[in-house]
Amino acid sequence: MTPAQLPVNTPLADPGASPPPQGWKWYDYFTFNVDHKVIGIQYLVTSFFFYLIGGAMAVAMRTELATPDSDFIDPTLYNAFMTNHGTIMIFLWIVPSAIGGFGNFLVPLMIGARDMAFPKLNAIAFWLNPPAGALLMASFFFGGAQSGWTSYPPLSEITANVAQSMWILAIVMVGTSSILGALNFVITILFMRIPSMRLDQSPLFCWAMLATSLLALLSTPVLAIGLLLLLFDINFGTSFFKPDAGGNVVLYQHLFWFYSHPAVYLMILPIFGIMSEVFPVYSRKPIFGYKAIAYSSMAICLVGLFVWVHHMFTSGTPPWMRLFFTISTLIVGIPTGVKIFGWVATMWGGKIRYTTSMLFAIGFLTMFVFGGMTGVTMGTAPVDIHVHDTYYVVGHFHYVLFGGSVFGLYAGIYHWFPKMTGRLLNEPLGWVHFALTFIGSNLTFLPMHQLGLQGMPRRVAMYDPQFTSVNQLCTIGAFILAASVIPFTINVVWSWSRGAVAGDNPWRALTLEWTTSSPPLIENWEVLPVLTHGPYDYGLNNSSPENLEPVAGSTSPS
Amino acid sequence: MQGSIADSSQPITEATIAPTAIAHAHEAHPDFRVWGLLTFLISESLMFGGLFVTYLFLRGEAAVWPPEGTEVELLLPTINTIILVSSSFVIHLGDTAIKKNDLAGMRRWYWVTALMGATFLGGQAYEYYTLGYGLTTNIFSNCFYVMTGFHGLHVFIGLLLILGVLWRSRRSGHYGSHHHVGIEMAEIYWHFVDIIWIVLFSLIYILTLF
Repeated sequence: MTPAQLPVNTPLADPGASPPPQGWKWYDYFTFNVDHKVIGIQYLVTSFFFYLIGGAMAVAMRTELATPDSDFIDPTLYNAFMTNHGTIMIFLWIVPSAIGGFGNFLVPLMIGARDMAFPKLNAIAFWLNPPAGALLMASFFFGGAQSGWTSYPPLSEITANVAQSMWILAIVMVGTSSILGALNFVITILFMRIPSMRLDQSPLFCWAMLATSLLALLSTPVLAIGLLLLLFDINFGTSFFKPDAGGNVVLYQHLFWFYSHPAVYLMILPIFGIMSEVFPVYSRKPIFGYKAIAYSSMAICLVGLFVWVHHMFTSGTPPWMRLFFTISTLIVGIPTGVKIFGWVATMWGGKIRYTTSMLFAIGFLTMFVFGGMTGVTMGTAPVDIHVHDTYYVVGHFHYVLFGGSVFGLYAGIYHWFPKMTGRLLNEPLGWVHFALTFIGSNLTFLPMHQLGLQGMPRRVAMYDPQFTSVNQLCTIGAFILAASVIPFTINVVWSWSRGAVAGDNPWRALTLEWTTSSPPLIENWEVLPVLTHGPYDYGLNNSSPENLEPVAGSTSPS
Repeated sequence: MQGSIADSSQPITEATIAPTAIAHAHEAHPDFRVWGLLTFLISESLMFGGLFVTYLFLRGEAAVWPPEGTEVELLLPTINTIILVSSSFVIHLGDTAIKKNDLAGMRRWYWVTALMGATFLGGQAYEYYTLGYGLTTNIFSNCFYVMTGFHGLHVFIGLLLILGVLWRSRRSGHYGSHHHVGIEMAEIYWHFVDIIWIVLFSLIYILTLF
């Protein structure tokens, strides 16, 4: 194909109009650019790069764990990989891609705004991320932080002081980025919708981003303070977390988990938003329980602030706290269940199209429900005391973070890639990607529950030989999972330049981002759209927008 | 209608979106920058909230608080408190002045506020020098220096904002009765710093008396 045949950037023919703005060039994506769409793609690509690095660390760890002895990497390096794998996956992959990537790209498009409320602040927030990642990478020259992503003192105060300090600075940087991004989202969603769109007519992704942003605004500063005090303890001789000098280690755990439990909602609420967009489109049905799903996001945001001590049931927590936080933890299951049932009911009786995006969405549903159930078991203090600090915990949070967040990210990428680039991802390659990911993730993370229940501790490079065979199963799964990234990467790189041209609305979706060109104009629309139907009015008589194109790709099954 | 997308370098304001037929309703919205600052300050106050909780937690664990030999002195901080609290009223006079298009009045009151802020910081520094114990002496002094220091940093940033306003106000026409969001934001931030100080003063100076 020659470039002349690919008129993706050609603006709409509009006689008498002044010359419309040019699209961005490839090098614009490497500069300080204030366009929310550029920033969104910058977030996605940068975070995917870190995902590969974090994934490589995971593969190294699983290779080490294929045998009970320490024979592949040095245990100190194992600890550094373990710490930075978690840190990178959370702070440099899921949070920035879900919130920064999809949030920035989609929110203004979905509410009919030309950009975010504070475009420059938005760009600053993004550009805090690459230096933070570089800082983490550089910390490996000083041995790498050893104390896990939780960095509990006293371990974090007595091991690898320089690397630990670099780790703290990196987290404070991404935390700052998160706060700046969050305030941008709150103001944008509350004040910049087109006048014809009330808040309860906005897409559910916007509700999810609103809840996410409020949570980030309220919880991130507390982590920043906890880490600041840790930094002072390590470098400036204070003793906030040193019990021998009047400090208290449990205090750190409170400060840490006051952020880091809400952080799991930061990682899943935007994904819930993506799911609420994906299910109705490919089921061709209105979403079941719009308000219930919207308000349950806010409920998770509120309740999520009061559950953090369930991470600390074994930290000498008094009984009344165990009772209170067990109950509040179980309450989170209710709004989450509301969403799950809403999506299942949306699919029920729908005309389902099994696109790759939909496959990942269904995969998300199964994986997340399983991870949610193990979460409920651990939320109760008696079970938690038994499985605390074992591989059961590792299995649980990989089901919700990989099976939940990463599956959701993939679903979002397959769904919005045509809008971002003007081209479709290849569907057969997508199915291969999905199959490998689904098999790989279950094979890796399911056996971990058994290991945990049998008592294998987490965060170890060496283990008792009785666990060998199950661990090898996990390692094989991890290799499959690593391989699953290959077809995906090929698909993205190839489709970005040579994929089938998508058109404005390949999935026949009704939210506003599909009313502009693919990729969208620099300021999103020539004339701002006017709302004529709800975001999920599929299959209703009043919901056939003009100019609908044929359904793209091989996406209409039986 | 095309004017709305022609100059992409401009931020989205009423002026850039007003030409579209449906965008006129946006004009009624308050300026986003003030809302953005308020949202940020909610987040910031949680940061101080974390420090306050830390302080109370550690105090609850300690047998004697503050430990022997690290008592705080009261006279200078009380004077400092009076200065900082009064400066919140002074800066508001400046805001009132600019709303009446009185640029000279605004400049005068903002200069007074800046001087009061600088005096506060000077007093704080003097207190540090004369207290006789340092950051690492004991757990109380850890809290004392980190909390007052972190607050002092915020006073310093507020001072920079006020000086920034004064610097910009040299250009004629930069601020007026309808163009003073920057002035207002500096004022809001200054009030925030003041409120935080009142809580901090109560926790560290007043509550240690009992």
